[in-house]
Amino acid sequence: MRILVICGCGCGSSVILKMNAKKVIDSLGINADLEVSDTTTYKGAVKDADLILVGSEIAEVITEINVPIIILNSFVNKQEIRDKLEVFFKEKNML
Amino acid sequence: MKAANVVSNNCIILGAEPKTWEEAIVIAGNLLVKNGFVKSEYVDDMIKMVKELGPYIVIAPGLAIPHARPSISVISSGISIVTLKAPVYFGNQSNDPVQLVIGLAGYNDGVHLAHMKMIADIFEDENIIYEIAKCKNKQKIADIFNGKEVNL
Repeated sequence: MRILVICGCGCGSSVILKMNAKKVIDSLGINADLEVSDTTTYKGAVKDADLILVGSEIAEVITEINVPIIILNSFVNKQEIRDKLEVFFKEKNML
Repeated sequence: MKAANVVSNNCIILGAEPKTWEEAIVIAGNLLVKNGFVKSEYVDDMIKMVKELGPYIVIAPGLAIPHARPSISVISSGISIVTLKAPVYFGNQSNDPVQLVIGLAGYNDGVHLAHMKMIADIFEDENIIYEIAKCKNKQKIADIFNGKEVNL
C-alpha cells in the first residue's frame, strides 16, 4: 500500500500529516509507505499511489486522478485520521 | 539532529493584533526575517501560497502554519510563534478562526524535520493550541517547543 500526502509545498503541513497518519497506520497493523508531494509535482508521484491524504483546500486543486482521496479537516487529530482510514481499509478488506 | 533547533524567546510574539490573515502572516514572517531564518521576499511567498492554494495552512482548529516553498530566500530552518489577542479568520471552513500562528522556514533538512515532528507531537492534543494562545509567558512556550514538560 502506497499513500501519498499532498500539500502546497510538500514540506510543511503534509509532513505533519504524514507523521500522524504513519502512527495511526502502524497502530492499525497496516503495512504502508507514506510519501509527501506538492501541488506542482503530484501527478508524477500519484501514478503508483493507492490512496491520497489531503486537506480540503488542496483536494480542490488536485484533479484528473483515479486514486481514492481522503480529506482531513485536522492534520493533528489522530481520531479523525483513524476513523477515516479505518473506513477505507475496511472497504479494501484490509481490516 | 543539530542542536540548532532550539526555539528562543526571540522567536515568539504574544498577543499580536493583526486585523487580517495577511497581517497575521506578515507578523509571523517578519519574525522569521528578524531571526535570520529567511530573507524578506520569503514573507511575500508565504502570502502568495495562501492566495494560490487557499487557507490550507490552517491545519487544525485555531492553528495556522504559514510557510512557502524552500527557495533561495530561506537562510536556515526555523520557526516563529505568534499568539493572537483576538482570533483572525483565514477562510478555512473547518478550522477557523486562528489564534496561534507558527511561521515555518524550511530547508528539507534534519532541523526542519525535527520542527515538523515537534509540531506533530505537541498538537496531538488539540486543546494545547488554545492553552498556548492564552499563555502570557514566552519562556513556557519556548520550553514546550523545546520538548520540555510544561504546565500551562
